[in-house]
Amino acid sequence: MNRISDPSTFEVQQQALALARGSLLESADLGDSQLDRALGALLRPGVDWGDLYFSEYSSESWVLEDGIVKTASHDRGRGMSARAVSGEKSGFAYSDDLDPATLLSAARTAGAIARGGGRGRIELRREGASRRLYPAGDPGDGYSDASRVELLHALDREARAADTRVRQVIASLSIARNLMLVCSSDGRLAADDRPLVRLGVTVLLEQNGEVRHGVAGWGGRLPLTDLVAADSPGEYAREAVRQAVVNLDAQPAPAGEEIVVLGPGWPGVLLHEAVGHGLEGDFNRKGVSAFAGRIGEAVATDQCTVVDDGSMPGRRGSLEIDDEGTPTGRTVLIENGVLAGYMQDRLNAGLMGVRPTGNGRRESYAHLPMPRMTNTFMMPGPHDPEEIIRSVKKGVYAKNFGGGQVDITSGKFVFSASEAYRIENGRLGAPLRDATLIGDGPTVLTRVSMVGSDLALDPGVGVCGKDGQTVPVGVGMPTIRVDGITFGGTA
Amino acid sequence: MSPSELSERVADALSYARKRGASQAEASASNNTGLTLRVRMREVETLESHQDHSLGVTVYRGKRRGSASTSDLSSGAVRETVDKALSLARFAAEDEYAGLADADRMATEFPDLDLHHPWDLEAEQAMDLALECEAAALDLDPRISNSEGAGVDTGESAFAYGNSHGFLQGGRSSNHSLSCVVLGEQDGQMERDYDFSVARAPEELTPVKEVGESAAERTIRRLGARKISSTKAPVLFAPRVARSLIGHFCAAVSGRALYNRASFLLDSLDKPVFADCVNLNERPHLPRGLASHAYDGEGVATADRDLVCGGVLKGYFLGSYSARKLGMATTGNAGGAHNLFLESTGQSWENLLAEMGEGLVVTEMMGQGANTVTGDYSRGAAGYWVRDGAVEHAVHEITVAGNLKDMFRNIAAIGSDVDRRGGIYTGSILIEDLSIAGA
Repeated sequence: MNRISDPSTFEVQQQALALARGSLLESADLGDSQLDRALGALLRPGVDWGDLYFSEYSSESWVLEDGIVKTASHDRGRGMSARAVSGEKSGFAYSDDLDPATLLSAARTAGAIARGGGRGRIELRREGASRRLYPAGDPGDGYSDASRVELLHALDREARAADTRVRQVIASLSIARNLMLVCSSDGRLAADDRPLVRLGVTVLLEQNGEVRHGVAGWGGRLPLTDLVAADSPGEYAREAVRQAVVNLDAQPAPAGEEIVVLGPGWPGVLLHEAVGHGLEGDFNRKGVSAFAGRIGEAVATDQCTVVDDGSMPGRRGSLEIDDEGTPTGRTVLIENGVLAGYMQDRLNAGLMGVRPTGNGRRESYAHLPMPRMTNTFMMPGPHDPEEIIRSVKKGVYAKNFGGGQVDITSGKFVFSASEAYRIENGRLGAPLRDATLIGDGPTVLTRVSMVGSDLALDPGVGVCGKDGQTVPVGVGMPTIRVDGITFGGTA
Repeated sequence: MSPSELSERVADALSYARKRGASQAEASASNNTGLTLRVRMREVETLESHQDHSLGVTVYRGKRRGSASTSDLSSGAVRETVDKALSLARFAAEDEYAGLADADRMATEFPDLDLHHPWDLEAEQAMDLALECEAAALDLDPRISNSEGAGVDTGESAFAYGNSHGFLQGGRSSNHSLSCVVLGEQDGQMERDYDFSVARAPEELTPVKEVGESAAERTIRRLGARKISSTKAPVLFAPRVARSLIGHFCAAVSGRALYNRASFLLDSLDKPVFADCVNLNERPHLPRGLASHAYDGEGVATADRDLVCGGVLKGYFLGSYSARKLGMATTGNAGGAHNLFLESTGQSWENLLAEMGEGLVVTEMMGQGANTVTGDYSRGAAGYWVRDGAVEHAVHEITVAGNLKDMFRNIAAIGSDVDRRGGIYTGSILIEDLSIAGA
């Protein structure tokens, strides 16, 4: 079998590939002939295509509590998996032993899926990445263990200095690197060296026996030195304290439909839940999504354009290539209110007769790829954010959110406001206690009456779970006004 | 890898750690194998074979702590992992509360908990079971229009834990499950629901046909769902979601939340935190229990105990670290709770509906929405509206909200319809007067 890397890939890919071959293949005595044998075992009669996936990860985390760094931990591992695809069927086997015999056995196990015979061969296209979205190498390099400790102390100091009522600060740092290589049966061999760093701070503040907390964090695919240089720890420590202070005065949130203005940035979790999951290719191929078969239909007001973009430099949800070797890019999901496209992996794109969009992701070698989001956000609109708030006579301004969830079949979704305020006569009023918002994905964006000019992406701490697999993602949004969504408070 | 092989790796890690200067150390290792088969629309969709292992070690240099783990269990990799943990421990601060659990708390008796019942399941047989399960759902009613599939999972684990007190134990366990998710369609509205079964022994799984039919019945019952107007009403949490309320309680009385004062149940020991009718106990040695353990994550012996008696809080969930921080003794809960039983107040599901009269039954919840610090609770929900003790229509796109402190005090009844599919055993929970937000 001819296995050369794509001629259109550039130097970046070549570097990652050389590194991954050395680290993942050569060190385990896996040469071209072993890969050939494994692909041969995988491609039994009836198997349309398949791939072998190898990865090696390491991650380190540090936690400060009570003003001291209490624990540091390190995790590392490597493994491989084999996948055989036959029509809609996938056979899959993985192991964290990397050696020729285990690889061959995994390939045979995966290939056995095709017992029943397959369909026609799926046409695969070759594409190459030509960018550098993040630097190769250990993202912790240049930042000594002692400096990591000091960084957490800085978060602690800044938070305690911000308000004398701060009783506890929990600060955390995580530094991870994942080197992957995928070798598919069409001859594609591609690799990616992925850094991921994250800093977080949780503050507990006590006044008259009442305790409130505030949370802030930031991160991305970049070296720790760059992350810390771009944003000062003090900013995030003070942000966590600010949220906790706001929560001290929070009043019961309303129960019922409200006009809601969502602030820029993290509130974009609305898009992730309301439309993002429902536009993943697998759900639409199977017809189980509330959005299935609706391409070309209006699902939002014409101010709304929503995209998923995995090719943004340094972003938490970004990837040079997805876990099937397809370069990431920008996929327009909703264009001026009209449903424009789905996010695809190779399996679902092939079955639906469209191109893979670079959204085939997996949590690790121990998991099958699926269509997943990368960085999902709404493009900016014409309105000044202040004007949007001023336009509301009575409603709610929701500035910060926790997580969310969606039932892609009924389209109902939730997301939880962790910082919100009443709007009365166009001005912000009292802060509100935590409440969940619930809405209907296919119709909520038809109630977006104003889109702001202030597009912001979240600070880089999001994770998304689907079918038991967790992957890092990004979200973003400008300020928007939604004319009616159920606010789940008690008042 | 067998428990004895894993124990050898653990022992090797511990002796190496001591040799390299650790004053104390603990290590655990596990090896998991399994098979997952999923079918969808009467065809096999995925067949997955699993095999993984890992070893984790925590070392102490005096009162400084470091941890590391690896998926490579070769002797060289294990020693590198120990070295990594030791090097990280240099950078951790002195923490006066750090260290292993006290030696005199180590488990010395190891009852057979009957957790290991491997299932020699071939792919063909798994396929037949999954196909039968899904077919039972698809064929139940013409309104069942589509499927997300049915699955059969079987897994086996070998594990070992040891520490530098000389404690070293290993064992085996198994877990098997069946699941089915189908969609229904009526008047252009699509809904889905699921059912599942999970057990230590394959023969204890619910018959596949019942799982499939139940998934379909649940889906059909959700058709025609509508939003209701915001109101205050009693809410009956069906067992599959009632479990989460006990989960919120566990989070609030866990050691770390308590010593950080990040709990709505601070300083509540020996005080009423639930309604008088509530009794909750922990039974760690339940044969075949899904959360059964003879010893906790630190080797500490586990034992039966009462957590809530007549609504009064009698115990926390503590490991040795949080116990020392609180000036208390570990409760053998490093790693979590072991089989919690919420005693029923005796009513059947039908009795509870009658007792509620008019109100909301919640069968599914969405989102996190529970704040452990303040007790504020607000979650997305779906279920049925009940009038005169009978289901009137399905409900969706609503939230249920309150404060957990009040909700726990307002528990009116706990059903006899106990769900045994998890580490928390509870029937339906009826709570008076919650805020429901809708149209």
